[in-house]
Amino acid sequence: MRSYAVQRAGLAVVQLAVLSVLVFVLTSLLPGDAAEMRFTETLTPSQVAALRAELGLDQPPAERFVHWLGNVLTGDLGTSLISGGPVADIVRDSIGATLVLTLTTLAVVVPLAVALGIVMGTRENGGLDRAITSVTLALSAIPDFVIAVVLVAVFALKLGWLPATWVGGDLLASPALLILPVGVLLGRTVCLLSRQVRAGTVAALNAEYVTQARRLGVPRRQLLLRHVLPNAAVPGVQELARTGDTLLGGVLVVEAIFAIPGFATALVDGVETRDVPTVQGLTLVLAVAALLINLGADLVCNRLVPRTEALR
Amino acid sequence: MWRVSEALGRRGFLGMAGGAGLAAIAGCGADGGAAAQPKQGGRLRAVYAGGGAKEVLDPHVQSLFVDIARHKAIYEKLVELGPDLRPVGRLASTWEHDATATTWRFTLRDATFHDGAKLVADDVLYSLSRIVDPAVPERVAQSSLATLDLKRSKAIGASKVELVLTQPNAEFPALLAGIGTHIVRDGFKDPAKPVGTGAFRHVSFEAGRSLVASRYDGYWDEPARIEELHILSADSEARATAVQGGQAEYANDMTATFARTAEAGKTVRIVASKASTMQAFVMKVDRPPFDNPDVRLAFKLVADRQRLVDVVLAGRGEVGNDLFGKGYQYYPADLPQLERDVDRAKSLLAKAGLAGKEIEIFTADASAGFVEAATLFAEQVAEAGVRLKVTTGSPQTYAKDLLTKGAIGNHRSGAMPIPQYVTDRLLSHSPFNVTHWRRPVFDAAFAAARAVTSEAERSAKYGVLQKTVRDEGGILAWGLPDYLIAVSAKVQGVQAVPPNTLDQGRFDKVWLA
Repeated sequence: MRSYAVQRAGLAVVQLAVLSVLVFVLTSLLPGDAAEMRFTETLTPSQVAALRAELGLDQPPAERFVHWLGNVLTGDLGTSLISGGPVADIVRDSIGATLVLTLTTLAVVVPLAVALGIVMGTRENGGLDRAITSVTLALSAIPDFVIAVVLVAVFALKLGWLPATWVGGDLLASPALLILPVGVLLGRTVCLLSRQVRAGTVAALNAEYVTQARRLGVPRRQLLLRHVLPNAAVPGVQELARTGDTLLGGVLVVEAIFAIPGFATALVDGVETRDVPTVQGLTLVLAVAALLINLGADLVCNRLVPRTEALR
Repeated sequence: MWRVSEALGRRGFLGMAGGAGLAAIAGCGADGGAAAQPKQGGRLRAVYAGGGAKEVLDPHVQSLFVDIARHKAIYEKLVELGPDLRPVGRLASTWEHDATATTWRFTLRDATFHDGAKLVADDVLYSLSRIVDPAVPERVAQSSLATLDLKRSKAIGASKVELVLTQPNAEFPALLAGIGTHIVRDGFKDPAKPVGTGAFRHVSFEAGRSLVASRYDGYWDEPARIEELHILSADSEARATAVQGGQAEYANDMTATFARTAEAGKTVRIVASKASTMQAFVMKVDRPPFDNPDVRLAFKLVADRQRLVDVVLAGRGEVGNDLFGKGYQYYPADLPQLERDVDRAKSLLAKAGLAGKEIEIFTADASAGFVEAATLFAEQVAEAGVRLKVTTGSPQTYAKDLLTKGAIGNHRSGAMPIPQYVTDRLLSHSPFNVTHWRRPVFDAAFAAARAVTSEAERSAKYGVLQKTVRDEGGILAWGLPDYLIAVSAKVQGVQAVPPNTLDQGRFDKVWLA
């Protein structure tokens, strides 16, 4: 298992390097640069040119990349071209809201999806299975922003029960701000995850060892929790890692709709203002997070069902 | 409101209108609840289009409406602009100039900074030197104040300052009312610790999110009624939901679509500053086919302005007459409206050999209505026998790209004094000369007009120049959109005035009923 982890870590470094180059090249290909983005018809072209020199944007791209890389290797994410402050500050200021949002979603989605999956799996093709399947599938088929608009229109604007947006709100003072965004994110993830748990449950229930255990008279409750769930959870945990990625995509939409000042908002701002160091820094952090989540999921699966050699 | 301003413009022409009278009459433009008694206290949350990490607390580095609103709460300028874009005194109570309008003396008001220090002439001189510091290129007023000669400028006692220019300019007070010209304390270094003379004190600031400010009880111009002010950032959708959902009381720059929905309900009221910005097509006068004056005229004649206003602006605006600044000081209101004449346009285009030809219009989704306007205009131009092919560019870089790319494109302008518009866009060396209108004779005539100290005479000279631009220039100003603000029903005292003027976003004057 240790050599497996080392091998995966090595691969991760290569992935990060490729990603950094790719992000740099792609953001450099966008029309305009950070100095021009400040040109909103208030700065004259000569002021912009002076600003470009000040920001070092007149240096060759390769040189700028090497400079950035050198900083990153010493643990410095660089300086934002727009705010003039450290990129690390932007990461720090924006990561909180996104973490709260995704962790709350996961805290709700995991028990919910596991419970639904087991309920469906143990009643394969029964009425309840079909009902839950229909609802979760329907929810996952509707785009996030449609769910969001409907939820806002009904629960915030019409009924006035919940806040419509994070603008003018403070999470500590009104945790209710989380309800609608988490609701939107649930729509997508619950379906995917519960389908996997259902499939795992069905497969496990049909496995020979379960038949054998049944024959031996293992009580149903013990059978489900001890024998079925760990096996059923394997596709679930792997799906959970992918859910992390789905969530990131969903968070992008949700942050935009509810005006949540999170990671995705910072990233979009960074791209729009051609703030290359910020985009680089944020994607690097995201990539590291994604790699860690996937690595973690694989290791958890490995631990859950040690015999799954295929994972190595 | 507009009509009031126009009337004032004409009176100003005769040299009769004073700043105080203007403000009093402009008060008629205040929206509803005029009879209600102002109430004290409460918190007001205002939402503006945000700029993420671009947002700044430094009042000399600003470009976004949200920055301007925030800085206005904390800081003040020597001069501001009235509802018709005429300079009105703020921290400067009065001013006078020498015979050539080269040396100016501003008398300072008895104002106190948030830290208790009195405003003195040295604060003004320090602020100006900070603005024009060439080492910091993003201080926005640098180019407009380029003719300020600080070496020869000086304090005359504590409450008077003498500013000297390198060339005569009767419009100097308006330049001191420009973007990024706030007065800071002498020695001001750290923008993160703002100290101004404005109606609100800084409490906290987070770029891309919020400014929180509290009422400053020592404010010279009657302390604010509200206790606490939040100026927040959010895109158009979030502004709409915030003001509808009761999470904000004031939402700046709303769309015509939203205004229609909001007006159907009871929770939100729309305050519209009529026809206070400009939408135009701009033709480069040095590029074919628009280097031919007949083609420019033909395009102006073929535009169905009313339809553009009805469709693109959803009817919230007025038709334009190919000139910037309708209703503002110096606007030649006596010029007749150019009417549509497809037949004449057709014959002019045929004469220029363009019948059946294709021309490209360069547009982008850079501002609301740009692409729609270009697309609709293509249909109108087709009626005169010319095909207009719509090509779209990058929204973020469009403003800059348009300076060099394409022969015809979209242009919009917010409110600013007419001479400033000319300086920015219509002189040979103007930084934003999007029509490539470069005529040394025009430059010289404008410089001469600007130096004339008699307002009536100056106005007449500007009038002639504007007529030339209208008749021969490349600006096809088809529409003058209303500037829309949404407020929750309990907000009172919001003025319907153009953006960038004193009474817009004046949160010290509003109250919560």
